[in-house]
Amino acid sequence: MNSVILRTATRLLIGLLLLFSVFLLLRGHDLPGGGFIGGLVAASAIALYAIAEGFERAFALLRVRPRTLIGVGLSAAVTAGLLAAVAGDVFLTGLWWVREFEAFTLKLSTPLLFDVGVYLVVVGVVLTMLFSLEEH
Amino acid sequence: MSWLVIAPILLPLAASAVAFVLHRRPALQRGWALATTAATLAASLALLAEVSRGGIVATTLGGWPAPFGITFVADHLSAILVVVGAVMALATAAYALADVDAGREGLGYHPLFLVLVAGVHGAFLTGDLFNLYVWFEVLLIASFALLTLGSGRAQLEGGVKYVAVNLVSSLFFLAAIGLTYGLTGTLNMADLAGALRDAPPNLVTLLAMLFLVAFGIKAAIFPLFFWLPASYHTPPTAVAAYFAGMLTKVGVYALLRAFTLLFTGDVAWTHGVLAVLAGFTMVVGVLGAAAQNEMRRILAFHIVSQIGYMILGLALYTPLALAGALFYLVHNVVAKANLFFVAGLVRRVAGSSDLDAVGGLYRHRPWLAIGFLVPAFALAGFPPLSGFWAKLLVVLAGLEAGAWLLVVLALGTGLLTLYSMTKIWQRAFWAPAPEGLELRRDAPAAMVVPVAALAGVTILMGVAVEPFLALAQAAAAEMMDPARYVAAVLGEGGTP
Repeated sequence: MNSVILRTATRLLIGLLLLFSVFLLLRGHDLPGGGFIGGLVAASAIALYAIAEGFERAFALLRVRPRTLIGVGLSAAVTAGLLAAVAGDVFLTGLWWVREFEAFTLKLSTPLLFDVGVYLVVVGVVLTMLFSLEEH
Repeated sequence: MSWLVIAPILLPLAASAVAFVLHRRPALQRGWALATTAATLAASLALLAEVSRGGIVATTLGGWPAPFGITFVADHLSAILVVVGAVMALATAAYALADVDAGREGLGYHPLFLVLVAGVHGAFLTGDLFNLYVWFEVLLIASFALLTLGSGRAQLEGGVKYVAVNLVSSLFFLAAIGLTYGLTGTLNMADLAGALRDAPPNLVTLLAMLFLVAFGIKAAIFPLFFWLPASYHTPPTAVAAYFAGMLTKVGVYALLRAFTLLFTGDVAWTHGVLAVLAGFTMVVGVLGAAAQNEMRRILAFHIVSQIGYMILGLALYTPLALAGALFYLVHNVVAKANLFFVAGLVRRVAGSSDLDAVGGLYRHRPWLAIGFLVPAFALAGFPPLSGFWAKLLVVLAGLEAGAWLLVVLALGTGLLTLYSMTKIWQRAFWAPAPEGLELRRDAPAAMVVPVAALAGVTILMGVAVEPFLALAQAAAAEMMDPARYVAAVLGEGGTP
């Protein structure tokens, strides 16, 4: 679609949408949000870009094939579950690394890694569907 | 120990993630799928050995104790079915080496198949009703993608019927789960076994009927079977064989579990309904098959009819009958999938599996004929093959329970099964080849080896029946005594 308004708006929006998707992802452990909804927002950002600028450029923006994202995301989620074996716990047991800094507390965990995996899978699946619809 | 229970799910699931990343390397994917299914089989056998040695094994994910966490349980029933599932997955992965074309591989056949295997094993091993729903969805989505991969016209048509009917089933399942949770406040199956006993009996029976509809559609029992013959003959043989072997059996497993662990309060009514449905399923399926003319369509109708025997075993609800149902299930998975494999080979060799278009295969491809003969006669119940013992057990249990009419129906269905099998035998193998039929080069080893191996299993189950029977009886003993399942999940203090 060749529309100056859409292209300009997209350029402003895409960064915000991607940032918002990461915000949703990180917020999701205790509050509404999470990998699934974050992934949907990220995918819609790229979909918007694809509609405004064309699918070739969206593809170039993404750099990797959507299906690779599914694989990497699934791997991350499974790894998050398997890491529990290192600690001698059962599959999917949550492990936490909490570090105190002066300004903030850094909390890393296997649930976060799992959510990142979900995020990537959702982005990958939605974009796979979108790109294959475009092919037809 | 806790990892062993989930290994048959985790291995294919993790491997599918890797296979997705390898999506541009089909040769590597093929080997990877084969290696994964072999490893899954090894893990499943280890699990069965552990269950036989030390009794029911249970674990909860994430360290949340039952009934709050998601439980995975391996008793004899689950462990046996997982082994069967892994055998079929390995055979299918081998067959797919030669049967699945490059186009489908490029669309992600291998990772999807591994997801399907994980879904099937997950459904067998989970001890939580909602989690069972999740695994059903996992395998449904994977199977829908596999069914329509390549988007042939017939495939899409079959796929739409398949997915529409299965979504209806999911809807019933979900509604029943919601009502169950509202009634009891738990979805852990071991916990439910106790909670449903204290609930109002008429509501429990209502729930039982809802679950019966949901699982009945998956298992393709009368009158909810029509989707199966409409879709199973369309996809590539490897896919169809695994579907024919395993997917309906997931529904049968769910029925076995639900009507031995959860809904045993009013056996006279619930299992009476099952008995009626079993009778109709056997007869209608076999009559439908008699009217068909294409190998895979005949076989698809026979799946329905054979499900009837398993449901009959469940309906009789005695240790012998349940052992018979389980033995029948295992025998049927192996024999039925093998027949689909043979049908695929016939298509490969003769260019068609329509009985009007092929012939003379016995004369020109005698080994193929033997490959057909073993599972076909097993299905019809010839001694000394596996189907003979399976039918014998169910019929004996029927006689013991005095269910004369059902026994007559079961025997009559066996006879008609023989009719269908001899029809294929006579027309595809014995009759002279029709004019102009050219048999192509011999079949690739990747397709022949699974057929031979599964035929070997069928013969082994018939000739050396005792160890298989002992396993089935152990499973039946556990099913008749749910307290053991409950104790394994909730600990000895759990109220059965």
